Amino acid sequence: MIAAHRLPRSGSITAAGALAAGFVVLALVGPLVAPHDPLAVDLAHRFEAPNLVHLLGTDHLGRDILSRLIAGARTTLGSVLVVLALVLALGLSVGGLSGMVGGRLDAVLMRLCDVFLTVPTFVLALFMIGALGTGLLNVVVAIVLSHWAWYARIVRGLVLELKTRDYVLAARIAGAPPRAIFGEHVLPGVVPPLAALATLDIGHMALHVAGLSFLGLGVQPPTPEWGVMINDARAFFWTRPLLVVWPGLAIALAVLAFNRLGDALRDRLDPTLIAGRGL
Amino acid sequence: MLRFVLARLALIPPMLLGVSLLVFVVLRLGPGDPALDYLRLSQVPPTDAALLDARAMLGLDRPFAVQYLDWLWRALHGDFGLSYATRRPVLPDLLGYLPATLELAGTALVVSLALSLPLGAWAAAHRGLWQDRLVRGIAVLGVSLPNFWVAFLLVVVFSVTLGWLPAMGSGTIAHLVMPALAIGLMSLSVNARLLRASMLEAAGGRHVLYARLRGLSERAVTRRHVFRNALVPVVTATGMHVGELLGGVLVVETIFSWPGVGRYAVSAIYDRDYPVIQCFTLVMTVVFVLCNLAVDVAYAWLDPRIRLGDDAA
Repeated sequence: MIAAHRLPRSGSITAAGALAAGFVVLALVGPLVAPHDPLAVDLAHRFEAPNLVHLLGTDHLGRDILSRLIAGARTTLGSVLVVLALVLALGLSVGGLSGMVGGRLDAVLMRLCDVFLTVPTFVLALFMIGALGTGLLNVVVAIVLSHWAWYARIVRGLVLELKTRDYVLAARIAGAPPRAIFGEHVLPGVVPPLAALATLDIGHMALHVAGLSFLGLGVQPPTPEWGVMINDARAFFWTRPLLVVWPGLAIALAVLAFNRLGDALRDRLDPTLIAGRGL
Repeated sequence: MLRFVLARLALIPPMLLGVSLLVFVVLRLGPGDPALDYLRLSQVPPTDAALLDARAMLGLDRPFAVQYLDWLWRALHGDFGLSYATRRPVLPDLLGYLPATLELAGTALVVSLALSLPLGAWAAAHRGLWQDRLVRGIAVLGVSLPNFWVAFLLVVVFSVTLGWLPAMGSGTIAHLVMPALAIGLMSLSVNARLLRASMLEAAGGRHVLYARLRGLSERAVTRRHVFRNALVPVVTATGMHVGELLGGVLVVETIFSWPGVGRYAVSAIYDRDYPVIQCFTLVMTVVFVLCNLAVDVAYAWLDPRIRLGDDAA
């Protein structure tokens, strides 16, 4: 942590943190601050250009685009946060168990991870949708099932490395039970790099949620979701490209904010532990 | 080197067997009833008698292990069954769409490498200057933009406004430019940034100092001793991007009406056309595994420590 203070503080990273926090707040209180009902159809006011009543204009059903974007923050980012919590829980338990217990259990769990990692992530998510069906809940399950093995692998690697540290050996010699060793001595070392990785992955997962919905396989209309909005706007794209631009801009800004925040976290925490991930 | 490749090849069949079991188990455990989906896609009313017939015909009334082994045996002979929707054999249809998908994914990979390597080297050569900042800015943006959105923006600029490139279809090089760029942007950004960082790191190595002491020109030092060493992490990262590239192709294909696997797979997934979903997942996995093998070989070729270490073992 001493090294952290020597790194230059970048203004753009503070801005990214503020933007990311803003998106999270928007996801929480979205419906309260949206100027209009995101589902209210108003066929008399279709395709309105940005104006004072509808700041970003209206879509093909006369729905207020700004309100749909704000409500979409909850769908897209909210589902990503749920995915992240589940992936972390699954990754920590499988990876932690594998690394701490070792032996045959480790071998079995890691072969299971290998199978999940053999299929390209997005193809695996598509396959899960095929097995489960479309819809918000199934998108969450599909993305959890296509990402958890990465986390189990990384947690196991971190646990194996931390297990050889002197203070962990000392705790073992002192007779601490494995559960206490994991909770008090190993877990605190696993959490920081995992937090950096998870922050970097928020953007990546948001792109998958939006991508599935864009293909019509994720969240279904009329639910406001950024990928769904782009898919809705496709048909009118030649004459009204702005309808595609707005939701894409929202995705890009959110992903950018979380990526910058993740980069900053990674640089400040131990970069060597997670350097191999490449993303 | 041959032994290295053979050792990698030997790992593939058990992994594919594992994936085939995963695919089979998840589809059977899923909430859907294949017989019901079969009748729906065949447009037969789901009466009790029809359901019983469909179950018997699809073999769903047999024990699970028998179903799996039977399916596996046929799959090993290239028979993945008939699509519920089209009643056509699945594998030949899928393989018919595959070349277009591979062409696009391959082009995206080439575009990504052809742009990221010079950009990364350029940034490293001008560390801290505007060139460096420009490349890093592109890299930060490139990983954040959704590929399908970039595709739309490219169409707005180059087809709608400027009229330079065709907005959809396939056949000429002009058709490849926009989809390949949209798909490759993510990998391009990561690689440019990675090459810059690893070139700066390699430039501080002792072998570089030694090369300079030998009196080699700066150009030779950079090319033979900095660039080549710095490529190793880029190859690793590219291996990780292959999966993302394949996923990107499936999404972006639908925007450009590209005649690849994407649309066939998406409609099968939406319709829950089980034989197509199974075959699609396995075929994409095989492609992915073979690409990773190629990356491993490239990696061993670049870094003698790997192939020699493996040969010695």
